[in-house]
Amino acid sequence: MGKIKVASQWLEACAGCHMSFLDIDERIVELLQHVELTSTPITDLKHPPEDGVDVGILTGAIGNEDEVAEAKEMRERCKILIAMGDCAVFGGICTMRNFFSREEVLRRGYVETESTVEGDVPEHEDLAPLTSCVKGVGEVVPVDIYLPGCPPTADAIWYVLSELLEGRMPKVEGDALRYGLDGG
Amino acid sequence: MGEKITISPVTRIEGHAKITIHLDNDGNVEESFFHVEQFRGFEKFSEGRMFYEMPQITPRTCGICPVSHHLASVKACDKVAGTEPTPTATLLRRLMHKGQLIQSHGMHFFELAGPDLILGFDADPAIRNVAGVVQANPELAVKAVKLRAFGQEIIRRLGGRRVHPVFAVPGGVNKPLSEEDRDWILSQVDDHIATTQVGIDFLKGWVEEHQTMVDDFAVFPSMYMGLVQPDGALELYGGQLRLVDQDGEQVEQFDPCNYLDYIGEHVNEYSYLKSPFYKKMGYPAGVYRVGPLGRLNAASHINTPLAQEEMAVWKSLNGGRPVEGTLYFHYARLIETLYSLERTKELLDDPAIMETDVANPGGQITGEGIGCIEAPRGTLFHHYWTDDNGVIEKVNMIVATGHNAWAMNHSINMVAKKYVDGNNLEEGMLNRVEAAIRAHDPCLSCSTHAVGQMPIDIQLVDADGQVRDRLRTD
Repeated sequence: MGKIKVASQWLEACAGCHMSFLDIDERIVELLQHVELTSTPITDLKHPPEDGVDVGILTGAIGNEDEVAEAKEMRERCKILIAMGDCAVFGGICTMRNFFSREEVLRRGYVETESTVEGDVPEHEDLAPLTSCVKGVGEVVPVDIYLPGCPPTADAIWYVLSELLEGRMPKVEGDALRYGLDGG
Repeated sequence: MGEKITISPVTRIEGHAKITIHLDNDGNVEESFFHVEQFRGFEKFSEGRMFYEMPQITPRTCGICPVSHHLASVKACDKVAGTEPTPTATLLRRLMHKGQLIQSHGMHFFELAGPDLILGFDADPAIRNVAGVVQANPELAVKAVKLRAFGQEIIRRLGGRRVHPVFAVPGGVNKPLSEEDRDWILSQVDDHIATTQVGIDFLKGWVEEHQTMVDDFAVFPSMYMGLVQPDGALELYGGQLRLVDQDGEQVEQFDPCNYLDYIGEHVNEYSYLKSPFYKKMGYPAGVYRVGPLGRLNAASHINTPLAQEEMAVWKSLNGGRPVEGTLYFHYARLIETLYSLERTKELLDDPAIMETDVANPGGQITGEGIGCIEAPRGTLFHHYWTDDNGVIEKVNMIVATGHNAWAMNHSINMVAKKYVDGNNLEEGMLNRVEAAIRAHDPCLSCSTHAVGQMPIDIQLVDADGQVRDRLRTD
């Protein structure tokens, strides 16, 4: 049997979910025997392969136009899509921006902050415009598996991946949903 | 202007970014830009929250260095609450911060930058990653994984969780250290010192083998900044900020609480990443570098024996003047890892760390607080203003990676001009440009705490907008 192909991407995120993935520690050596990492933030392929992957993982919320395009690309190119972490599942802490207008948030960041000297809001053809509000991944593309947590524990991530490797749909419940002080 | 090459996303760095390389009509590199694409808005959306929530909200700027935000935030909150941490709490916060340095630096050297160094800049991009390193050198890879895990374990044992821990509170921390945890951490340190020394030996060998490239890879003068102890030694948690010039002479030494007198931020229209500068010199004359390279250039020595042995080598690299080469960031990072491991031992050998008096009560709300710390990537500031009840009215953050924004842009410019041939594009050329960014270990979610993202698709587009060549690594 060939290896299962996995792609992942972080959208509007802090990278903590990918850190929690790396927190599987030495188990990564075992995982790599069964899994081929294609495009991920820690590898050098930039996009999921055009002929598709088995599992796509998105972390982070969706808050700009590039992130919308990336979420759609991942959805199109993967069989099973996992929304991993509170930002991908619910929008998370990023949605605190939704209490303000885009303009207010950008003005604070680039004009009003006390250390900023003669600042202006960046605008450039190579910068993606912000969406009017921040959303979870499931509000933009259909998601197959939701794995919440800020971040989900390494054990919860390991559970989901190993179930998929066994050909089963993981049931995210019980300890895998326990937010808070983790065991490892 | 002729064509534009876009590298998007930049990989093996934290966050979303792209690089555009603009070519002239002869296919030579004219100018390059580093675009950081993500912005979230912490400085705005934290308004209206209670100040004591900030040590839990702000770590979400970065899942790689959440502890740095947690601690910079709580230092600001100590001041808002009109209190200060007990001596034991300060020791415990310092210990957690060492865990942060060990995990972040360890991961960067072996898992993010390592593939370039161990497998080569021109290695097949499909294997030029942590999986490739595991295949090429499983023994080293497992040691590296364990080094990172050790840092994470220190954090978890103190704060309950490896990412986004819950530990520091205004006035101290929320629990004392158990003997079991102290003994466990102490029992592991020596193994990780050994791993770090293996890394240092490997890196020295690599530098020797690639000396010509190292001496010519984004080497440039600048000023440097970092926290120092009263005797001028490297410091990561407290102390004063020292800014030195390109010859290593002190320009300023100041209390970080006065940062607004010394540091301004310039906005570039092409990036969500702001560029801090030394106010008295203006932008861009007043730019400086921070992080491992900046800190070792700003400090005079290191107060732990093994790291000081390496620091002596560091200081000799450029005949006593600051080290200018971008690839030396990697060496500096390992020296700091060694220091953090040695300090972990020292902190745990101090009986005061076992005391149970870990928090002081709050006083009168003062309405303002500034916290500063050396995050793995450089100097981090949190500044809060509150009303009389402690409700956040305004927030200003200057994040570590930002201080290096100018240097990163300058580095890719130099590397692109040296290695990129617009008429004959090869992936390895562009990977070198990315490596110039990677050496700085930027944390872009952090740096654009204001909104954020950093991932590469390279297109060579001619003046008519036709894609002439394309490197898309999928």
